[in-house]
This record gives sequence, structure tokens and C-alpha cells, in this order.
Amino acid sequence: MIEVGNIIKDFGNKRVLDQVSARFEPGKCSYVIGASGGGKSVLMKCMVGLLTPEQGSISFDNRDFLKLDYYEKKKLREEIGMLFQGGALFDSLSVQENIAFPLRMFTNKNESEIVERVNFCLKRVKLENSNQLFPSSLSGGMKKRVGIARAIALNPKYLFCDEPNSGLDPITSRVIDELILEITEEYNITTIINSHDIKSVFDMGDHIVFIYQGKALWEGNKTELGNSGCVELDTFITASEFGRGGK
Amino acid sequence: MKYLAFFGSYLLFLRSCFRVPDKGKMFWRAFLAEVYKMGNDSFAIVSIISMFIGAVAVIQFGSQLQGSLVPMTILGRIVRDANILEFSPTITALVMAGKIGSNIASEIGTMKVSEQIDALEIMGLNSANFVVLPKVLAAIIAIPALVIYSMFLSNLGGAISCYFTEMVTVDMYVAGLRESFDGFYVTHALTKALTSAFLIATISAYHGFQTEGGALEVGSASTKAVVQSSIAIIFFDYILTQLMLFK
Repeated sequence: MIEVGNIIKDFGNKRVLDQVSARFEPGKCSYVIGASGGGKSVLMKCMVGLLTPEQGSISFDNRDFLKLDYYEKKKLREEIGMLFQGGALFDSLSVQENIAFPLRMFTNKNESEIVERVNFCLKRVKLENSNQLFPSSLSGGMKKRVGIARAIALNPKYLFCDEPNSGLDPITSRVIDELILEITEEYNITTIINSHDIKSVFDMGDHIVFIYQGKALWEGNKTELGNSGCVELDTFITASEFGRGGK
Repeated sequence: MKYLAFFGSYLLFLRSCFRVPDKGKMFWRAFLAEVYKMGNDSFAIVSIISMFIGAVAVIQFGSQLQGSLVPMTILGRIVRDANILEFSPTITALVMAGKIGSNIASEIGTMKVSEQIDALEIMGLNSANFVVLPKVLAAIIAIPALVIYSMFLSNLGGAISCYFTEMVTVDMYVAGLRESFDGFYVTHALTKALTSAFLIATISAYHGFQTEGGALEVGSASTKAVVQSSIAIIFFDYILTQLMLFK
């Protein structure tokens, strides 16, 4: 479980996150939604340690990330997997080497065990026999799937997904969503997804946090989303293609 | 104030680079790949430039000595000392700043804007140490080796020039090369080469790490890396020459 408490983050004089608190349970797909520039990416970067908030707490199963020393943070980060918007695959490494990378860095597995694990992860994301391909020859959807395979290689307890559907066609987008949901439930991972894709949120949002101008304005689940009573959230939903009748 | 802030940020960057690598095996593999890439891929350009520098030096110094009462064996000595003391270490370093420096800055810059550096950080790695240290140490090995190679080739280029121009005989030139040789000049040249290698790799990597944005910023980082590395090389060339040769 991940808990963030009263997070404040400023960039210069601008307050980007203003006392944001939320709780993310394991085995559930938690969504952080909101308009561009609203602060959701900053919140995710604070949670994974790429940014340090001015104030507040970020707790991973009662371990306050902001109070851990360098080595404790390093250890905790081995439990975190992250799927980036563009995949963030290492260009110079093949698909196999990309997925093997965390295994080589953080485990003492021998070569055959590493290859076995890589093949398992690739099978899990339905990309068997893509081991020798390079990121430059992969489509957007394939990159995201390899990104997921790399993120789950070390059996993470926490999975962060930054805009997993951006730039994907609706069918691939659905495949990625289903994959994230399956992995989350199967391994009881605490999954946090940053997204604009309201259709995904309605389909998979076990827990939803709506961020508006740096504040967590609403928290609930997909069944409550339609009757949130939050004007800003209703506006956000109705402005989306899904809300305009794309359903 | 701006320059002081830049220098402070550069020093902090160096501090994060120079730590014990997370995994020795991975570091060793990256280091060897970098040495091969920097050294092997630069042989052709260093060979061409060194040969022509030696050849041109013979013609320029020779034309000034012609008609004088000075014995022409001195030509070999002058060309040798100029090559060892200045041309080989400095020009090789400037060429490497253009070739290796721009490569390092653009490679790391691209990793930064495509979130590959963030991916390393989230995995719990010290990205500066993991990405930069192998490059710095590889440059410290490869560039002095290329400078030694350049010293040999520039003197050889001089001999070829003597053969074609008949300014002096090759035998006289070689006799000059062997006259009053001071081994300390090689020490001085290698000190400059080591310093230049360190400056090229660290300044370029620093600019790569500072890249924010997209392709335009990567290009800009690459340009800054080459310009600042070149200025630093010339500046330290002067400082080291004064410290080591001025008595």
C-alpha cells in the first residue's frame, strides 16, 4: 500500500501540488486523473523519487520514502516498476537485454535463469520471439509492452504507469489496459496509473484520484465517477471524447 | 554568479559520478565497450590529421630554415618537439572534443529527454555513475593512447614530407628526430592528454545530463559540450605548459 500525505511541491513561486493526500491499495488499479498541467505527473515523480516535495510524506507499506537513507531508498526502488509514456527502453539494447537489465543489476541469476525470466515476461506481454529486436524497430504498442515486461521482471510490489494509453490506437490501448489489470490482480501489485483516457478509467478504475490545479479534489471509484458531485470532474469527463458520446 | 553556479553544479555532478559502481561486471562490460568505441572508431581521423600535421610542420619550419646557417638536422628536432609538446596532444584533444564530446553529450541528452535516465533512477541506480563513469575512464585510457599514436604518426608524416619535398634528406630528418631527446616532453604531453580526456568526457556528460526538452536541446547540448570542452582544453594546455615547462 502507498500513502501520500499532505504533499506540497513548488516550482519557484508556483505551487504545483497543494496538500495532496491519497491512499493506494494493493491489487487495485488506482488512477490519477486530471487536466494537463494539473500536477498528476509531478505527483507521480514525487512518489517514485524523481522529485522531492517541499512537505508531506510518501509511505510505501509504512516506510516513509522521504526519511529513508540512500541505501534504503535504493533497496525500496528495486520493488518499484515503472512504465513510461514513451517506453523509455534503452536504445542500444535489444528487447531481451532491456528486460534482462534489472535482472543483471539486482539479482545473482545466471545467464540461463535470466533468459528464462525474460522469456516468461515476454510471454506475459504476448511478445514471444521478439528477443532480438531493437527498440527502434518496435511499434508504440510493442514498446509499451516491452516496458511492462521490463517493469515486472523483478516482480515489483509497486507499479507506476505514466499515460500508458497515450499515442495508441483503441485496440492496442485496450490490450495494454487489460495487461496492466491482469498483472495487478495476479501479483497483488499496488498499481498507480496517470491517465487522460476516461474510457480506461471507467473500465478499470478501482480507485480514482482527481487532481485539479494541484489539489486532490475528488477520490472514489469507477461506479461513483458518474455521480461525483464535483463540477470540475464532471467538466473534465464531459470534455473527453468518451464523455461526448464516443462510448 | 552564473559561472559560479555552473561550476558548482558541475562539481556536484562529478561527485555523483565518482562512486563505486553498483555492479562491477556491468561496469566492466560498459567500460570495455566505450574504450573500443572511442579508441577504435577514432583511429582513422587521428591517423589522417597526425600525418598531415607532421608533413605540414616540416614544410613550414623547413621553409624558414632554408638559407640559414643552422644545420638542417635541427628540422627533425623542431618538428619532433612541436609534435610531442603541442600538436599531438592538443590537436588530438580538440578533434576528440568534436568527435567524442558531441557523441557523449548527444547520447546522454537523448537518454535524458526520452526518460531513459529517469528509468535508471527509478530502478535505484545512480544514473550519473552508471552512464558517465565508464565513459570518463574509457576516455582517460583511449585519448592518451591516441595521443601516443599521433606522436608517432606525425613524426612519420614529417619523414614522408621530407621524402617528397626534398627539403632535407630523410636521413637528416631522422638524425634530427633522435637528437637531444628529452623524455619529460612525453610526460608533459601525456599529462595534457589525461587532463583533456577528463575534461572532454565530464563536460560533455554534464551537458548531456542537463538537457531538458527535445531534439533541439540535444543539439544545443552537443554544441555547448564541444565549445566548452575545446575552451577548457586550450586553457589547461596553457596552465600545464606554464606549470611544467616554465623554469
